Amino acid sequence: MPKSKSAYSVPTKKEKSDTYIFVVWVDNEAGVLARVVGLFSGRGYNIESLAVAEVDAVKNISRITIVTTGTLQVIDQIKLQLAKLVPVHKVAEFKREDKNVIFKEMALFKIVGKKKKMEKCLNACKKFDLVILDETTTSKVLQITALRRQIDKLSKKLKPWGLISASRTGAVAMTRGAKIFN
Amino acid sequence: MPKLYTGAEIVFKCLEDQKVEHIFGYPGGAVLPIYDELKNHTSIKHILVRHEQGAGHAAEGYARSSGKPGVVLVTSGPGATNVVTALTDAYMDSVPLVCISGQVPTHLIGTDAFQECDTTGITRPCTKHNWLVKDINDLSEIMHEAFKVATTGRPGPVLVDIPKDIQFAKTKYKKPKKEKKLNRKSKNEFSQKQIDQLIDLLKNAKKPVIYSGGGVINSGPKASDALREFVELTGFPITSTLQGLGAYPGDDNQFLGMLGMHGTYEANNAMHDCDLLINIGARFDDRITGKIDEFSPNSKKVHIDIDPSSINKIIKVDLAIVGDVTKVIGKVNKTILKKKNGHSKSNKSNIAKWWEQIQKWRGKDSLNFVNSNDSIKPQHAVRRLYELTKDKDTYVTTEVGQHQMWAAQHYKFNKPNRWMTSGGLGTMGYGLPAAVGVQIAHPEKLVVDIAGEASVLMTMQEMSTAVQYNLPIKIFILNNQYMGMVRQWQELLHEKNYSESYSEALPDFLKMAEAYGCKGIKAENPSELDEKIQEMIDYKGPVIFDCHVDPNENCFPMIPSGKPHNQMILGPNDQEENKIKGKGKALV
Repeated sequence: MPKSKSAYSVPTKKEKSDTYIFVVWVDNEAGVLARVVGLFSGRGYNIESLAVAEVDAVKNISRITIVTTGTLQVIDQIKLQLAKLVPVHKVAEFKREDKNVIFKEMALFKIVGKKKKMEKCLNACKKFDLVILDETTTSKVLQITALRRQIDKLSKKLKPWGLISASRTGAVAMTRGAKIFN
Repeated sequence: MPKLYTGAEIVFKCLEDQKVEHIFGYPGGAVLPIYDELKNHTSIKHILVRHEQGAGHAAEGYARSSGKPGVVLVTSGPGATNVVTALTDAYMDSVPLVCISGQVPTHLIGTDAFQECDTTGITRPCTKHNWLVKDINDLSEIMHEAFKVATTGRPGPVLVDIPKDIQFAKTKYKKPKKEKKLNRKSKNEFSQKQIDQLIDLLKNAKKPVIYSGGGVINSGPKASDALREFVELTGFPITSTLQGLGAYPGDDNQFLGMLGMHGTYEANNAMHDCDLLINIGARFDDRITGKIDEFSPNSKKVHIDIDPSSINKIIKVDLAIVGDVTKVIGKVNKTILKKKNGHSKSNKSNIAKWWEQIQKWRGKDSLNFVNSNDSIKPQHAVRRLYELTKDKDTYVTTEVGQHQMWAAQHYKFNKPNRWMTSGGLGTMGYGLPAAVGVQIAHPEKLVVDIAGEASVLMTMQEMSTAVQYNLPIKIFILNNQYMGMVRQWQELLHEKNYSESYSEALPDFLKMAEAYGCKGIKAENPSELDEKIQEMIDYKGPVIFDCHVDPNENCFPMIPSGKPHNQMILGPNDQEENKIKGKGKALV
């Protein structure tokens, strides 16, 4: 074994990382997003996507949905560290594979091109709740909602057919059935 | 109509209602309205420091030695940035601080105004919470909330940033609410079931060890009493982290000394070989655990902590009890006593063999050093200081480095709140201003800063504060002309390449003492040491003691980097022995 020249220990075993989704209810106040995001960057956690907006104007509550990857220990820490923040009310987390939770992303695609290719685009998008938001003779703006990986695939596919601009949200999540996050 | 108060008045009304007696601060443009108001509030004494970092550390020393939150008042911009080190230090070591900073007027925020900085942005990662007060009507609530956040749960620093126009604006004052709505964060309930599980583990343990930390100190003096009772009831050996020293008497036979990188041989081996490890208010810091994979491999682990995020952060434990140490240990003690009345069989006989093993480890006398008649050994200096001050209820602060570890190893603390040191952040320059704060909180007590000459120069300007307020702090400098701990690592790990760790052109500390208007004492050889230390103790006023020690002494024992607890390097005597035996305990 090579000699360590550090006053710190060297990292050893690496455990398996999984993708998790965190849902965080916070007071909608100045700097609250910076606190949450700063916690992730400061402690070296990873953010794959982030979605945030006010959900209760009376109680002044915003709901933040964060997709992250980490070992079980790290995911546990993220949850506990988030819960320690003063403006945080509630934290829920679940695995991406969790069948009881729905999560969705939205994407806007701008397609510019000939009719034939445009048709191909529309067909490809059909099964993702396609809405045509804007149309001209040469262009269309399409809205779809799907899973992250589906949108990844789709945008790759649409590139040669005239996709010139894509805008995507982070994932938002909701439990199935009558139950809510607790 | 109720009386309207200015923001500055409200700040003081809040401080009065929070029973604040001292604030440590430094004035500047953006806090002048608050400073202007100071004269109208005679129950609050302001201590003028010489640098805002000093204000922060002084407030830390004040808080740690008294159990009350320390209050800091600084101006915007550089005032706020200068206090960041102290806030981070307090955050790492869980010290309750309330820092009030001035800010440029609201309409100038974001315009790069004179002495403007994004104070709440800069201090966000180093405080438990911070507030920028944009509306005068929020001020009193925020101030009260600030004290609550700083002092409840795991204590820590908070910051309230008050723009200058808010300090002038007027509104009604709101008293602190008696019973605030209980939010999830302050309630940490543990169950009797968990206590019973712990008792079962205690009963069956053959090789137990208790490892206590700063949480016991933070929980208040009652926690130390409960801990002592617990140790007595169980008969278990106890070791302590750097921050936990004093919670259990340092000279008691059941105390194994400090554990960790520079802990004793017996404490670290007990941690490694134990079958039950009970962590009370400590956080498995990396200076404690050594190599994680080989940390205490055969033990059941119990973790008692008020902060749920401390649990399983570094070391996975078998039983976690989230709660205040006083309450948890109090409950454990009660349960033990109740069960004992039923059948008085204790497991003290179970662990007799374990104690035999511990005595063998103790036989190594790992804090031993080779004393000298020609030069003062730093360990010897600390031991003499201890012997000559132990009957005086002495408060000790330290800087950071070798002297800090020697102080922790050789000075025995018998009471909580007597030992103030920067552990988590390891802030050189902590000790002198901290001593100022301790002396403010305990004007009649002996306060000694065991210092290194490199550290103490970082905040030396606070001697001027000590002289101004006639605070008789004793700065006991173990002067080895090196950044000793840096030099030690370079010797052991970097082939004796002493890159930039020697301080050339050190000041003459005697002349420095004279310049500040305090007393200077110098000791250069062992024969005069006792007499000089006594002179320092007897002097009624601040003293700078320049104790010239052997510059080449290393701090042993130590766990080398990346090694588990049972692979310590011992002192020079033992190294000789091991070379002959070739037991593979060669340096790193």
